[in-house]
Amino acid sequence: MSATTEAEETQASAAPPSEAMAWDSKARRMVTIYLPLACFLIILLFPFYWMTITAFKPNAELYDYKTHNPFWITSPTLDHIRLLLFNTSYPKWLMTTMMVAIGSTILSLVSSTLAAYAIQRLRFTGSQYVGLGIYLAYLVPPSILFIPLATMVFQLGLFDTPFALILVYPTFLVPFCTWLLIGYFKSIPYELEECALIDGATRLQILRQITLPLAVPGLISAGIFSFTLSWNEFIYALAFIQSSENKTVPVAILTELVTGDVYQWGALMAGSLLGSLPVAIFYSFFVDYYVSSLTGAVKE
Amino acid sequence: MSSTTTGWVRPKIEQNWLTRLLDWKPFLIIICLLPALGLLAVFLTYPLGLGIWLAFTDTTIGRSGRWVGLENFEFMFEDPIFWNAVFYSVFYTSVATIGKFGLGLWLALLLNNHLPFKSLLRAIILLPWIVPTVLTAVAFWWIYNPQFSVISWMLIELGLRDTNVDFINTAWPARWSLIAANIWRGIPFVAISLLAGLQTISPSLYEAALLDGSTAWQRFRYITFPMLLPILAIVMTFSIIFTFTDFQLVYAITRGGPVNSTHLLATLAFQRGIPGGQLGEGAAIAVSMIPFLVFATLFSYFALARRKWQQGESND
Repeated sequence: MSATTEAEETQASAAPPSEAMAWDSKARRMVTIYLPLACFLIILLFPFYWMTITAFKPNAELYDYKTHNPFWITSPTLDHIRLLLFNTSYPKWLMTTMMVAIGSTILSLVSSTLAAYAIQRLRFTGSQYVGLGIYLAYLVPPSILFIPLATMVFQLGLFDTPFALILVYPTFLVPFCTWLLIGYFKSIPYELEECALIDGATRLQILRQITLPLAVPGLISAGIFSFTLSWNEFIYALAFIQSSENKTVPVAILTELVTGDVYQWGALMAGSLLGSLPVAIFYSFFVDYYVSSLTGAVKE
Repeated sequence: MSSTTTGWVRPKIEQNWLTRLLDWKPFLIIICLLPALGLLAVFLTYPLGLGIWLAFTDTTIGRSGRWVGLENFEFMFEDPIFWNAVFYSVFYTSVATIGKFGLGLWLALLLNNHLPFKSLLRAIILLPWIVPTVLTAVAFWWIYNPQFSVISWMLIELGLRDTNVDFINTAWPARWSLIAANIWRGIPFVAISLLAGLQTISPSLYEAALLDGSTAWQRFRYITFPMLLPILAIVMTFSIIFTFTDFQLVYAITRGGPVNSTHLLATLAFQRGIPGGQLGEGAAIAVSMIPFLVFATLFSYFALARRKWQQGESND
């Protein structure tokens, strides 16, 4: 399948096809490229569509597929969202999540910028190994760390506070951001810094006035990554936070909205939708940075 | 009042001791590395060691434990639930990885064609990866609902089935349903990363092969695939590590049920450790994931070493 699409591409570019072949190739292109692509898109987007449509459906339609087509809403309602916003602490959860995400993003952005600068620009013996060590830190998954971290957080007196999360999230954000920023710093010509050094600038002046302004796109993409990763984090927030009002959105939806055997599916979906929106909006503003840095980080 | 003038006058060569200290390279290096390495040492390296130590104690919540040697592991190895979790972790990882990479590679090859709205397409495709896993897992939970599953409804409407599909209430369907959800979430990342790899392959290689009379399959087998291999190795290592230690999806959809059949090692460790309070036992289960991760990391290291490692590359 994949090989045929490629053949298609190369043939099309290699020789200008005749009229009949052009039609043939158009039809084939339809079947080999657009059709599978459409299937992929439908499958990848369907859960979001389903989430959205459930969030606005009245209960009468939600649980009755006989008289109402489940793929459409006849009388949309805001009841589920109203329930969520006024009868639960959902706004509070959103605020907590936002605060944790912003706090840990700033913390990890500052420390990884400095670290990446030191490793990439202030070359020293063993800087490679420090880089390798930070890279390896990214391979340690949270599932191994949450139990010892829970005991640590408890002993530090941070249990059940958002500060625990702000301090712990950098463990997976710093390696990622440092890795990304090292790649970015490498793309900035070193000659610029040499010129400034010759003109008598100090290292800190160079970092502040030359390197950082040039690295803004890299910093933005590291920031977006950190923000989305901390917004999405689940296991630490589940293990370290106990009281309802300190929970983050992903944890709260699973533990607070599911009570007993009766699930409020409408409210659950509305909560998921509202919890996804900030990340999705944030992401849509910076999607080019995001895609290029994601692919850039992998490419090198 | 000197501050108003320094903005205009060129800074003097004479600097105070603080500026000179900050310009002294060894000091600057330490200052720059301190925040990152400090955070990682306190919240990553230390807990890693602490976790291994906890695995050999009988710590519970609220009581610091004493050394019990291999007792936790002995108990664990006789526990059928643990072996079931090991089995399902391996099964889940291998099937999901094959699915993700097969479909992801296909999607990447499709996207590598000339298409209208290319960047919009890429943005939309990444969406499942951006949105919090738990929230999409809740959506899947609703899709897999035994009574109101939309998939069941569709199949019944199409006349393919008479009864609702049982997605998550018995062991094997639940296992497959979770794998499907994991593949759904993993495809975008794999596809976009591999697309980046595909775009670095020079078209002249294909032209040369075409002139030599190669078939489409040969071009894929001898050009695309080998050129893609380094990226494939990295992405696959990451994917394997994070699928093996997955937690969110299983916890959100089945919580390890029905009857413990869908426990991964991570969810089992959580269940024993945090709600169950047996921190020592939970730590032992978590530690048992380490050998697997070391293996995956070594694989990654050697795959990366075939090309120059990202950071070391510019040194000479």
